[in-house]
Amino acid sequence: MAKEKKGVRLEHISKIYQDPKTKKEFYAVKDTSLDIEPGTFVTLLGPSGCGKTTTLRMIAGFESPDEGEIYLGGEPINELTPNKRDTAMVFQSYALLPHYNIFDNVAYGLKLRKMDKAVIQEKVTNILKLVGLEGMESRMTNQLSGGQQQRVALARALVLEPGVLLFDEPLSNLDAKLRVTMRTEIRRIQQEAGITAIYVTHDQSEAMAISDKIIIMNKGVVAMMGTPQEIYYHPNSEFVADFIGEANFLKGTVTEARGAEGTVDVQGNKLALQELNGRSVGDECTLVLRPEAAVLADEGQLPCDVILSTFMGSYQNYHVMVGDTLVKITDFNPKNKKIYDVGDKAFVKFDSGSVHVI
Amino acid sequence: MTRKQGKDLDRKKFYADPIIVTTIVVLIVFLTLFILYPLAILLVDSFVTGEGFTLNVFRRVLAMPSFRKAITNTLRVGFLVGIMSAAIGLLFAYVEEYVQLKTKVLEGLFKVISLLPVVSPPFVLSLSMIMLFGKAGIITRYLLHIYENNVYGFWGIAIVQTLTFFPVCYMMMKGLLRNIDPSLEEAARDMGASRFKVFSTVTLPLILPGLGNAFLVTFIESIADFANPMIIGGSYDTLATSIYLQITGAYDKEGASAMAVVLLTITLLMFIVQKYYLEAKSTATLTGKASRQRMLITDKSVTRPLTAFCLLVASFVVLMYICVPLGALFRTWGYDFHLTFKWFGLVFTRYKGLKAFKDSFLLSLIASPITALFSMIISYLVVKRNFRSKGFIEAVSMLAMAVPGTVLGVGYIRGFSAGVFRTGFLQSLYGTGALLVIVFIVRSLPTGTRSGISALRQIDKSIEESAYDMGADSFTVFMTVTLPLIKDSFLSGLVTAFVRSITAISAIILLVTPKYLLITVQINEFAEKGSYGIACAFATILIIITYSAVALMNLFIKRFGTSREIKEA
Repeated sequence: MAKEKKGVRLEHISKIYQDPKTKKEFYAVKDTSLDIEPGTFVTLLGPSGCGKTTTLRMIAGFESPDEGEIYLGGEPINELTPNKRDTAMVFQSYALLPHYNIFDNVAYGLKLRKMDKAVIQEKVTNILKLVGLEGMESRMTNQLSGGQQQRVALARALVLEPGVLLFDEPLSNLDAKLRVTMRTEIRRIQQEAGITAIYVTHDQSEAMAISDKIIIMNKGVVAMMGTPQEIYYHPNSEFVADFIGEANFLKGTVTEARGAEGTVDVQGNKLALQELNGRSVGDECTLVLRPEAAVLADEGQLPCDVILSTFMGSYQNYHVMVGDTLVKITDFNPKNKKIYDVGDKAFVKFDSGSVHVI
Repeated sequence: MTRKQGKDLDRKKFYADPIIVTTIVVLIVFLTLFILYPLAILLVDSFVTGEGFTLNVFRRVLAMPSFRKAITNTLRVGFLVGIMSAAIGLLFAYVEEYVQLKTKVLEGLFKVISLLPVVSPPFVLSLSMIMLFGKAGIITRYLLHIYENNVYGFWGIAIVQTLTFFPVCYMMMKGLLRNIDPSLEEAARDMGASRFKVFSTVTLPLILPGLGNAFLVTFIESIADFANPMIIGGSYDTLATSIYLQITGAYDKEGASAMAVVLLTITLLMFIVQKYYLEAKSTATLTGKASRQRMLITDKSVTRPLTAFCLLVASFVVLMYICVPLGALFRTWGYDFHLTFKWFGLVFTRYKGLKAFKDSFLLSLIASPITALFSMIISYLVVKRNFRSKGFIEAVSMLAMAVPGTVLGVGYIRGFSAGVFRTGFLQSLYGTGALLVIVFIVRSLPTGTRSGISALRQIDKSIEESAYDMGADSFTVFMTVTLPLIKDSFLSGLVTAFVRSITAISAIILLVTPKYLLITVQINEFAEKGSYGIACAFATILIIITYSAVALMNLFIKRFGTSREIKEA
């Protein structure tokens, strides 16, 4: 339903802030280049202070980049004020206009565009139906629950049919259950409207569930961009692996390489791996092993000592020491399996294909 | 690393909004021309004479024993009034916040006290003080049979000013006490401290900067006060009255300028200490909101003396206000207590009362919406926008708070009677109603701006951003979002500006021409002559006008105010 899906391109964007106490300047965003294709749902994910919200606010026009240029649908937009940009934002606090009812909130932007009354009426009615608020036009915003306010904020942005829709941590004020429902809703509506969306969050499961692509940011720079699967299975750094899901890191040295396959020595144990990620014999490397990709067994690749064993219902949670490295293991469906106790000797066992080398 | 591009872009975006740029230019011109320039011209006048730069004027003025006396007089009164007002204000606040008040009467009295400084015209208390304790005073002459009581002078001013200004301290202290988390005091009680010990070791240290703040605010108010010393000062001259007499009596404009500079220097110094040191400190120590309701003190040995004292002071103040309409209804105050409407009659026949009310009312009515709008625009710019001259606009509009009316009046005489910088430019403004309206605006701007700023600070920045994001320009955002959200503050700013204007005297009395009759000037004239019946009749009607304005405002806010329901959400 959008007039035109627009892509967003950031070219070498930087934003510099000044620390109010020390007066020292620092990069909030540094030399960031992104290319977001039209119609995709892209999430900016990272710990607080990583520059994700600053990046979003630069795209919206509330902040001005100190270096670089931003393009929207191919046009440079650096000099445009927020009201002149073809973007619409959903705010963390919803930012509904408290003195208007739902209808007037949603119609606000349309009225500014001097649209015909009948057209406005129709558009607002349609969009309220899409977000599931039909018949509530005359309610005031303070009579709504958090989830409903969220829907109004979304409707208000969608009704403008912007080239790109911006979300600034829109679900962080909702309770956990509603968060899950709403993120599914947002994804459904984005798909139905076929609109480009850029979504900021620090919640990794939200990012995984909702996005076509995830951009992980750290200290003002892009750490990795990729599909949720790429980021989870093939992280390009320890930071990314650790930030998305849980990860065990094992240091090793490549001892053998046959094409993509090879062998890595970890604390004297030879591990056969399917994918060396371009490493050759003698290279130091780090192996990423997800806790759910391994189990404890009487036989396996890595001998270990169990130091923690907790029953969690759906899985048994183990902490084991492989030499001097702590490895966490979540062993699912433990009912008919052998349970190891603290002090037991065992082996870490995993599939040779589920280890990622970085 | 350079932030140049970002700053350039911010500036470009800012200038893309012609309305906001025009507004800022208008504001800067207004503030410079009508606040900074008149003060600057006073400095120029008192340092530069025909022979160039000189200290002669100051030397001459400071050599006058009467002026040196006026300085010490002013400071003595200010100091005492500051201390007494802060103390009584604290006591009232403490009783309201900590003590179980049993009766509705007491609660009502407290409410009246908090409303009085808003609606009260100046020198009302001076008038009634004279009528109660003067030579023909009801209390002194008829109850106590003292026939030669001298109510004029130091004590007269000090008492009247204390009673006028302590409600301001009371409101300030109330806000602070309310922000103390009761669990702090309960913890101290729990560890074994007596109630007095809790007050002296926990409560008092927490509010000490705020108490200092209240003291200084009153101090400034006291030394800037013109009306009360004028009526009840007698031969006890303060700086404000000396300046007035130097102009109207001695026609010494250079001398008056130099005196005004002295008074301005004192208030400015106090203001800077108050604003940038104490105010920041008093809020910094108390940031937390009270976590829950405080357990009120019910111990009779504490509540009885405290409430008795407050009751006494409050009823005394109320009595003084009742005195004024009575004064207008008795045939001859102090001698003949037959009821009569002759004073009201005289006001409207011989003394052109109708014209006075029309002039006062009209000029204030013009000034108040402009003031309210200006102060809301300034608060919006200060709180929500970022631009280079923001600091200037904020500082100058707050500076006006520290400028005594008399100083401003002298500045306008020197600055505009022969045009700007004696060039004849804008000379035609001098003596017109327009200039009076401008004086009203300047005098009420700081209060309005301050309340606007605190109202705007409570509004989430992203609400305006969202409107901006949906396509509204700054002007539309201000009109459709900001202003509706601070409607209450705007309305009360409107009424406060009106009340302040219609009760203003200090600057106005120096600038008013015979073309305009103003109520306050009339009251002052008749009170000075000793025609208390006429003065009281004028004052009564003035009180009725101001009180109705405030009542109307409250009704309006109750009915149409949006802010309350928003706050509840």
